[in-house]
Amino acid sequence: MSAAKFSNPVVRWIDHRLPVFTMLDHTANEYPTPKNLNYMWNFGSLAGLSLVIMIVTGIVLAMSYTAHVDYAFESVERIMRDVNHGWLIRYIHMNTASFFFIVVYLHIFRGLYYGSYKAPRELLWILGVVIFLLMMATAFMGYVLPWGQMSFWGATVITNLFSAIPLVGESIVTFLWGGFSVDNPTLNRFFSLHYLMPFLIAGVVILHIVALHRFGSNNPIGIDTKGKQDTISFHPYYTIKDIVGVAMFLLLLSVAVFFFPNAMGHPDNYIPANPMQTPAHIVPEWYFLPFYAILRAVPDKLGGVLLMFGAIAILFILPWLDRSPVRSARFRPVFRIFFWLLFIDAIALGYLGGKPAEGIYVTLSRIATAWYFLHFLVILPMLSVFESTKPLPKSISEPVLATTVAAE
Amino acid sequence: MMLKLIFTTIISAISVLGMSGTATAAGGGDVTLLKKDWSFSGIFGHYDKASMQRGFQVYLEVCAGCHSIEYMSFRNLADLGYNEAEIKAIAAEYEVQDGPDEDGEMFMRPARPADRMPSPYRNDNEARANNNGALPPDLSLIAKARAHGPDYLYSLLVGYGDAPEGVDVPDGMYYNNAYSGNLIAMPQPIYGDDVEYSDGTSTNAEALSADVTHFLMWAAEPKLEVRKRIGVATVFFP
Amino acid sequence: MAKLTSNSKSMSVDTKQQPGRRDFIVVATYAMGAVGAAAAAWPLIDQMNPAADTLALASTEVDVSKISEGQAITVTWRGKPVFIRHRTPDEIARANAIDGSELPDPQEDEARVQRPELLVVVGVCTHLGCVPLGQKTGDVKGEYDGWFCPCHGSHYDTSGRIRKGPAPTNLEVPPYSFLSDNVIRIG
Repeated sequence: MSAAKFSNPVVRWIDHRLPVFTMLDHTANEYPTPKNLNYMWNFGSLAGLSLVIMIVTGIVLAMSYTAHVDYAFESVERIMRDVNHGWLIRYIHMNTASFFFIVVYLHIFRGLYYGSYKAPRELLWILGVVIFLLMMATAFMGYVLPWGQMSFWGATVITNLFSAIPLVGESIVTFLWGGFSVDNPTLNRFFSLHYLMPFLIAGVVILHIVALHRFGSNNPIGIDTKGKQDTISFHPYYTIKDIVGVAMFLLLLSVAVFFFPNAMGHPDNYIPANPMQTPAHIVPEWYFLPFYAILRAVPDKLGGVLLMFGAIAILFILPWLDRSPVRSARFRPVFRIFFWLLFIDAIALGYLGGKPAEGIYVTLSRIATAWYFLHFLVILPMLSVFESTKPLPKSISEPVLATTVAAE
Repeated sequence: MMLKLIFTTIISAISVLGMSGTATAAGGGDVTLLKKDWSFSGIFGHYDKASMQRGFQVYLEVCAGCHSIEYMSFRNLADLGYNEAEIKAIAAEYEVQDGPDEDGEMFMRPARPADRMPSPYRNDNEARANNNGALPPDLSLIAKARAHGPDYLYSLLVGYGDAPEGVDVPDGMYYNNAYSGNLIAMPQPIYGDDVEYSDGTSTNAEALSADVTHFLMWAAEPKLEVRKRIGVATVFFP
Repeated sequence: MAKLTSNSKSMSVDTKQQPGRRDFIVVATYAMGAVGAAAAAWPLIDQMNPAADTLALASTEVDVSKISEGQAITVTWRGKPVFIRHRTPDEIARANAIDGSELPDPQEDEARVQRPELLVVVGVCTHLGCVPLGQKTGDVKGEYDGWFCPCHGSHYDTSGRIRKGPAPTNLEVPPYSFLSDNVIRIG
């Protein structure tokens, strides 16, 4: 069968019985990819790389970490001071967490811009949102482990979100804590779950890739590939392109790790947790700030919590909110404007989440929050009906050829 | 095009956030931070051993009466340029608790290089009781546990002064230009000439404060030099 | 990337005349990647080695003056038991009665002690790491009156040398020195 294409007899023998090489060949070699992908399509592979870096450094850190309230902070300091290269491994873990979110946010915005969530890729998109949710849970629990002031108070505040649930809220929080405050049982279970969840993410990532390969990548002009003339093999063309992205990513990550390792952290987390004293300004890690801003924008406890979770939940139904048959924003002039407004809105929410909840910041947070939901719930459904889109090219090859001719 | 736009937005957002960080640090009250040109800043940054040794002396003679430095062991002093014999001699001046011995008793013995530096108080409660209820923080991570660590520490140490008109300073509190809220429970620790340097360098308040800050930065981030060295090798490797 | 070479006919006319240059770039890229990967892997492996604080604790000081003749104490060094025995003249004589070169792990008694009456050995059987019996007065001491490992039946003599059983070598003598007449430092 297909195994015949491998020249190495050992590979052929194995592949005949366990077609892993055929599988690899399909996913990373011959896999037909639209020939017009731009660099915005690099962030998927970079997210995968981030996950691998996180798992590898995380497993290594767990060898020296002690999940106990009396020793956690000290064991992290031991990693930073005494364990061979421990400081390097921890700084890589810390900073890759941030880079992971940067990459994933760009990946999400790419999907929003080019309509990658639309039929037939709805499940692909939904799996992506599931990964995003798992990432947030993992990152949150990981941040608790060093048991600094921000760890402790972050854990307290976030677990207390569940107390907003009517009737059973308090019991749920006690259940999450395994006690009556964030304490040793909480730390222990967070460590266990923090170790588990990356592997769940890896599992969903595999499903994400399987779903991706069902219909292939979307592309910048958002129309389906219509045959061989529209695609090129993944290898070498996109492996090379991915390697360029990887090199760039690793370079930026190295700059962060070696020269600004604590720039994306908070100084208060170098103070051991003190259950008797909350720091003056508590803020979550930067990648949670937009959601934190939404939480604080609402003057009602339950309302804030619901809206915050709603901000993510809304992404699940996005494929059915935006009914426009045109995927790419290139051919949707009005949508494009609103996309950039949403992008600015998200950045604004991130900025406001880091500000104290007082004065003008509260008002601005409310406006930005309102705009976020307005975009998804009102603007997108209306655009689907009223926007007049530009004519789509006949095929991917056509505009490419047209520009080539024009250039000549 | 999209990529470019996104990066431009992110970079401007980061710079805005960066500036806002400064603003937050300056949030409570009238706070001014002095910016100093430290030898350890920049990508080729390195520690100044002589300054750290002097800073260690300032720590021992001025700070150590109230502030512990619990994540440091005597053996770490090798980073400051002390040799093994010197470290042993320094350690031997301290007593640490060991035991239990054959009779089940805890006993005191001279410290060894592997021991942590002993704390001035047995526990937080004793520390509070001796300091009007205020807890002198541990100093091993202080340079990383405060925004703009070294500049902040330096500014705090030289930032004592008379309160401006109309500001009421309660008993047991002191006016400081760098401390958030301007009222600090720690009395001015450094006045100048508090210690005598054997290398003959200046012992005015600024020099002592700079030296002890240098020492504390090292205590918080002992791997800074090797980090930056590997960083330069990594980033310029390709 | 090897495929790139064959696909690149159209890219450069030089390729046919100078296949070496392109191969060189490909090989150099792979080599660079390999060096980078190895450099990145090293910290992840090296972190399993003993940390600085573990290494710093690697010495133990013991006051040996309190061990009376015929008695033995066990102290901890690097997390392992170290046997210190104050040997009787009879035990010393028995250790020297046999020609060391005829033993399974040939060694003379005097090569194993700094002072004949004080024997210091790591109390870990060289077979598979159990702690031999023989420290307490009531213990089984084996056929040679030294130590006996209950796990797989190794007999050690009064010098801690293997005499009978599966252990391949004598009980290890740790590095130690006399700080004063009464105090030794192990490690």
